[in-house]
Amino acid sequence: MALLEVDRLTIDIPTEAGLLHAVGGVSFTLERGETLAIVGESGSGKSLTSLALMDLLPSRAIRKAATLRFDGIDLMAAGERQKEDLRGDRMAMIFQEPMTSLNPAYTIGDQLTEALRRHRTVSAKAARERAVHLLERVGITAAASRLGQYPHQLSGGLRQRVMIAMGLMCEPDLIIADEPTTALDVTIQAQILRLLRDLQQEFGMALILVTHDLGVVARVATKVAVMYAGRLVETGTVREVFGAPSHPYTRGLLRSIPVPGRTRPGEPLGTIPGQVPGLVGDVFGCAFRNRCDHAAEACAGAIPERLLGGNHRMACILETVGSPQ
Amino acid sequence: MLLYILRRFGVALSVALTVSIVAFLLLHLSGDLALAIAGPEASPAQVEQVRIQYGLDKPLAVQYLDWLAGALHFDFGRSFYFRETVAALVAERMPVTMTLGAIALGLALLVAIPLGVVAAVNRGGWIDRAALVFCVLGQAIPTFWLGLTLILVFAVNLRWLPVSGNATWAHFVMPAIALGWYAVPAVMRLTRNGMLDVLASDYIRTARAKGLRWPTVLFKHALRNAVVPVVALAAVQFGFMLGGSIVVEAVFSMHGLGHLAWEAIGRKDFPVVQAIVLLLASIYIGLTFLADLINAWLDPRIRVA
Repeated sequence: MALLEVDRLTIDIPTEAGLLHAVGGVSFTLERGETLAIVGESGSGKSLTSLALMDLLPSRAIRKAATLRFDGIDLMAAGERQKEDLRGDRMAMIFQEPMTSLNPAYTIGDQLTEALRRHRTVSAKAARERAVHLLERVGITAAASRLGQYPHQLSGGLRQRVMIAMGLMCEPDLIIADEPTTALDVTIQAQILRLLRDLQQEFGMALILVTHDLGVVARVATKVAVMYAGRLVETGTVREVFGAPSHPYTRGLLRSIPVPGRTRPGEPLGTIPGQVPGLVGDVFGCAFRNRCDHAAEACAGAIPERLLGGNHRMACILETVGSPQ
Repeated sequence: MLLYILRRFGVALSVALTVSIVAFLLLHLSGDLALAIAGPEASPAQVEQVRIQYGLDKPLAVQYLDWLAGALHFDFGRSFYFRETVAALVAERMPVTMTLGAIALGLALLVAIPLGVVAAVNRGGWIDRAALVFCVLGQAIPTFWLGLTLILVFAVNLRWLPVSGNATWAHFVMPAIALGWYAVPAVMRLTRNGMLDVLASDYIRTARAKGLRWPTVLFKHALRNAVVPVVALAAVQFGFMLGGSIVVEAVFSMHGLGHLAWEAIGRKDFPVVQAIVLLLASIYIGLTFLADLINAWLDPRIRVA
């Protein structure tokens, strides 16, 4: 049994202009020890998808799913108390806004130990020791003295690491990291990613990494889900998707990042012209068709998801797109 | 932290000094004091005698320093009208007003903060709307009318509470409600809006992501941050209450500072008026300082400023 099963997850947000179909039927499964990267540009619904798994969506958002199951527990049917018991303990989340995601009124130590003391019976001393241990693991020096500091006394990078340590306090089975390295320097990014990968292997956690950085995906993930306008357009293992990108959007994305050794200095990077379409009201057909070079009449109709072999799937009518090079 | 306290204290002290100068000058701007004290039938010689007797012939700066030096020892001279020192008069009346103000503020906060939290949590629900109606009523009803209505209902008709005076605790119930009523809407709305802002913040989402129980999220993580501006407002409201107590003390015939001020102004009893203005201002400044300290404790970011 998979640790996480998501089938046809939709998120609708009522707006003044009508119902916004922010996420329109996302399905995937995740096993223990796997890392799934959800990739897409801003507004693609990747952050909402991750919040929906934790049931932390804004209250006006409407979440629906055919199946949303964590370790056999039906999250759609679970009560508020049961979900509170899971959150922070067995499934944890690392947020992308390190400047605002920590409570300014409490010390780092208080905020770190709080989750552990909520879910486990541990002494204050033991909780503090665990906090110090994890702060050291995420590369914070003088960890013990940090416990008494307030968020405003730490830099953005330090706060981001505190957030990561906070997510790890209860050794969760699933950790969802929403752009965990966006606020960090490139050197620290690599360090944090390596750390996440190490910790994940050490504890056998499943990791969902929400990112727009394809370099990060290649380094850390085992599976990739490319998201566009609230839908998964292409999924598969990293090898499958990066080795043979098939959806025109995925190929556009890969063209728009430099590849060391292959992109020559001064060579212009690829861009995808146009914008993400509005998702208010009824949405039909492929959302990418107005930006797609291969768009045809059939793209306005229903787009079935097709298996390309192995775990490689895509939602596009193109029979053969051919290899990108 | 110590630097912050010292700085706030310095600010409070300079404000107090300014107020003392204003209080002193205001009276001297209201006309020739010697003439006012001596009365309309006094001869020019008698007026001159009064002028020398009360030290009104000295330069203004000297008079101010004399007065300030006395005030620091709680010596405000003698009342022109009552046969007592100003200090004795004030000491007798002050506890009534302070008790009234403290109960009124306590009641107001006890009603307004929980109501603001409940309204924020049930945003747009019937409780929220009922609270809004209550707010509008609170601000529209004049204090004296509310006081008289309370007397009519609870003292005259139901006979639950005494009509007037300040002899027992029961005497303070209605005046405190009448006085505190006005502060409820402002405090409630500020609490509600503060809670709405904080509840939408990222760190509340973090707290929920940890699986904390809702009461912990609400009271530990949200309320502490939402209540910071409320503390400052409460100090300001207490200042309004000291002013409003003039009306309430008159309605309920309580012998407090407000009542004394009213009498003293009517009788041109300047030393009493000066002392009351200075005292009320000092209390207000003291409370503002206290509010600064409470906020520094609530929000560590303030301590740096």
